[in-house]
Amino acid sequence: MDPSRKRTLRLVVALGAALILAGALIYTSFSASTEASTPSQVVASAEPGRSYELTGKVARQSVARDDDRLRFVIRDRDGKAAVPVSYEGVVPDPFREGREVIVSGEMKNGTFVAERDSLVTKCPSKFTKEQTVNRGT
Amino acid sequence: MEYAVALIVLLCLVGLVVMRPLLAGAPESPDGGAREELEAAKEAKYREIRDAELDVQMGKLSKEDHRSIDRELRGEAIEILERLDRLDGRAPDS
Amino acid sequence: MAGIGSACLFAGLLTAVYAAGASLYGVRAGNAAFVISGRRAIYCLAALMLGATAVLQSAFLRSDFSYALVAEGSSTDTPTFYKVTAMWATQDGSLLLWALLLSLFASAVLFLTRRSLRGIAPYATAVLAIVAGFFLLLMVGWENPFGTLANPPAEGGGLNPLLRHPAMMIHPPMLYTGYVGFSIPFAFAVGALITRNTGADWIRATRRFALVAWTFLGTGIMLGALWSYTELGWGGYWAWDPVENASLMPWLVGTAFLHSIMVQEKRGMLKIWNVCLIIATFVLALLGTFLVRSGILDSIHAFGASTIGVQFLVFIALVVVGSTALVISRLPYLRSEARLDSLLSREAFFLLNNLVLVALCLVIFWGTFFPLISEAVTGTEASVGPPWFNRLTTPLALVLVLLMAIGPVVSWRRISPAGLLRAFMWPVLGALLTLLVALALTPAGERPLALLMSCFAALVLAVVVQEFWRGASARRTISGDPWPRALSRLVARNRRRYGGYIAHAGIVVLFLGVAGSSAFLEQRDVRLSPGDTFKSGGYDITYERATATLGEDRAGSGAPITFGAVLRARDEDGKTFTLRPSRNFYPTQDASKGAIGRFFEGEATSEVDVRWGLRRDLWTAIRPDISALEGPIREANAKFGNSSGDVQALVIAALAERYRRDPAPATFRAIVSPLVSWIWIGGGIVLLGALIAAWPSPEARLRRVRSLYSARLGRDLRAEPS
Repeated sequence: MDPSRKRTLRLVVALGAALILAGALIYTSFSASTEASTPSQVVASAEPGRSYELTGKVARQSVARDDDRLRFVIRDRDGKAAVPVSYEGVVPDPFREGREVIVSGEMKNGTFVAERDSLVTKCPSKFTKEQTVNRGT
Repeated sequence: MEYAVALIVLLCLVGLVVMRPLLAGAPESPDGGAREELEAAKEAKYREIRDAELDVQMGKLSKEDHRSIDRELRGEAIEILERLDRLDGRAPDS
Repeated sequence: MAGIGSACLFAGLLTAVYAAGASLYGVRAGNAAFVISGRRAIYCLAALMLGATAVLQSAFLRSDFSYALVAEGSSTDTPTFYKVTAMWATQDGSLLLWALLLSLFASAVLFLTRRSLRGIAPYATAVLAIVAGFFLLLMVGWENPFGTLANPPAEGGGLNPLLRHPAMMIHPPMLYTGYVGFSIPFAFAVGALITRNTGADWIRATRRFALVAWTFLGTGIMLGALWSYTELGWGGYWAWDPVENASLMPWLVGTAFLHSIMVQEKRGMLKIWNVCLIIATFVLALLGTFLVRSGILDSIHAFGASTIGVQFLVFIALVVVGSTALVISRLPYLRSEARLDSLLSREAFFLLNNLVLVALCLVIFWGTFFPLISEAVTGTEASVGPPWFNRLTTPLALVLVLLMAIGPVVSWRRISPAGLLRAFMWPVLGALLTLLVALALTPAGERPLALLMSCFAALVLAVVVQEFWRGASARRTISGDPWPRALSRLVARNRRRYGGYIAHAGIVVLFLGVAGSSAFLEQRDVRLSPGDTFKSGGYDITYERATATLGEDRAGSGAPITFGAVLRARDEDGKTFTLRPSRNFYPTQDASKGAIGRFFEGEATSEVDVRWGLRRDLWTAIRPDISALEGPIREANAKFGNSSGDVQALVIAALAERYRRDPAPATFRAIVSPLVSWIWIGGGIVLLGALIAAWPSPEARLRRVRSLYSARLGRDLRAEPS
């Protein structure tokens, strides 16, 4: 094979590999991602059996412990809609009333039943390093 | 007030340091730093020659390749040495 | 005092503008005096930044709450060590830290190159001055760290308790030193492009700075992981958090750069690639700062609220567009001096390693920015989690380790099949042996990826050992030195090469730790009362008793109240030891919680207790349930709300004692993760290797030999560097 054809071949192989990587990236990320929903979205259009990532603020005076389960209410940022949440598992350190949290789970009879250990706290006000604490592996 | 005074003092200090070379006019060293540059180039070239030697000892460079690379590198090193000597005002060794 | 700080910043901005102008004018007009003047302006800038930092630090140490920054991030009861470091936990303070480090680095490199690179250095000075000027502009225009409060509060907000960890306090300066350090090779690359002086000169002048930057950035990343492991209370060291990713991306591309410049030095190839890599590294370093500071990934809405997000974005865009245009206009000068002869050559493997590293960076980039991408494409904000990152990065990491095994032994230009056999016979045998041992003695067989990783890692380690052995024996045949001397001489004379090999060994040790701890981790979350026992990963763990202490926080972070537990763990061999996980409670300034309640309802942090081990770690954390105290706290609020501090302290002590005597069941998390210590050990080995490689090599003794040049050359070369 002469050098120039060899170079073209190499270029084609490299571009092919790049395309495969890009394709894999796009395909896997869109299929594996979870949508973040606000309480108002979940209240309006939650389908039973579908998993959502609920994000919003923990409502004041709403946190209660019920044996092993933690119960609290998540509100929209603007405070319009609210969803009661039932959660089991480890609670991250910065979890407080009034803080932004994300929790995954599904709606059952008007209550958002969270997956175990899925609670993540966001803390936008101070240092952002604590954004996502407790992403249990 | 504090701010204005501090700013003026600081700017004057900076000005003093920065303006000196402009007022003195002449550059720092007569050969314009050529010597340091050549010395650095010499060291770099020596390192390359040694590196190539180690490569051939470890079998990472074929003997023929090493011969041509080494000849080239030594040629460049000799040129640097000549220029260094010329800088010292000496006639290059013959 | 605050006025002096602000004055330092504004004077710094003017000085930076002058430095850029004077060096550009000097080099264009051929007036060396202006170039020197511009360089001196950079030294002045460093002095001004030191002054500004000193003013701010003294305010933190004096707890002068008339400074908005001090009132926000410190308090009188913050321990002194954390007062000093509170500066970079705030946005404005971290901008000042950037500017300070940049001016110090720039001064160092300009001083070292003051007599060389006369063509490139003035342009590099200008680039560095512009970058510093940008950060100063941000501070002068929008985020002045010296902002004052008309009505200073009596007490500050205090440093976020989560950040009160030694690793966390060294971590940001380390990261920033890394980010800033990469601006040096970037500036010289731009200078080289402008002057069309695209040889390896700029690389030689700034290579060490790139290596130092890389080392700091890597150390910073490791410290962040250690902080996550010991402070955050979830037991992991890496969560693919955007902030973590932001620091990893420039490190990966920087790693690619450190490797590919060797190809340019040796063979004059990959010139375009190298300038692109260093530009990308610098842009990613800026992006890292931007991501942390703008909150853009929190949510697109938070971005609008950030005061400096737009400015940062504009600056990054300018850097990208400007450098791309520069590279394109200089393409004719960036042609390779040589061709790739064979795919089985050192050059080709360097290139492959580069491609894998850049691919890793792209994957992480995509995942990190996916919330923005998906919002742009589908209209809803969606995110990818750690499983996605793990699935895509694991294969790439495996390929990387394999390349790390092959690359170092392949020769330049091409390697013959016989050479390949000679180079790989022993390492491959070693790897196969490891495979058999791992299959026979450990449960690695259940996890093919972990098994593959240990196999490749063994290959890399065997290759490194073989390199050392062959090099030392080659030296012995020439000099007849005994083994230890031959080995140390070998390393001393070829620091970069052997330091690099040591770093390789460290990286695979680290990867082994990651593979072991992620594949064989055992985690239990349990709710226990005193006296209860549970099993986790071969340990029997008993909750012996609850503890409640006042002002006795082990970590020295200044927490007034600590609730914890004494755990007794017993391993398979019957050996027992004690663990004391606890949880610190920090008071809140929120008056609605009541005078007593504010001590219990503020921030709380887990103080985990870890039994460190080479084989495995036992990691424990506790979450005490103090809901039983709520009633008494309410009563105490009503009764003692207006009492003196001493009385309130007694009441708090009584409440703590009440918990200690009769604790409600507490939630525990116990994690047994094998080999996790090797992550830190591997990181240490990488650091050692990087230090060896970056250490200035002693110059060969200068000999004034009056003889033929070639003879002199031979003599100089034989002369030992002393």
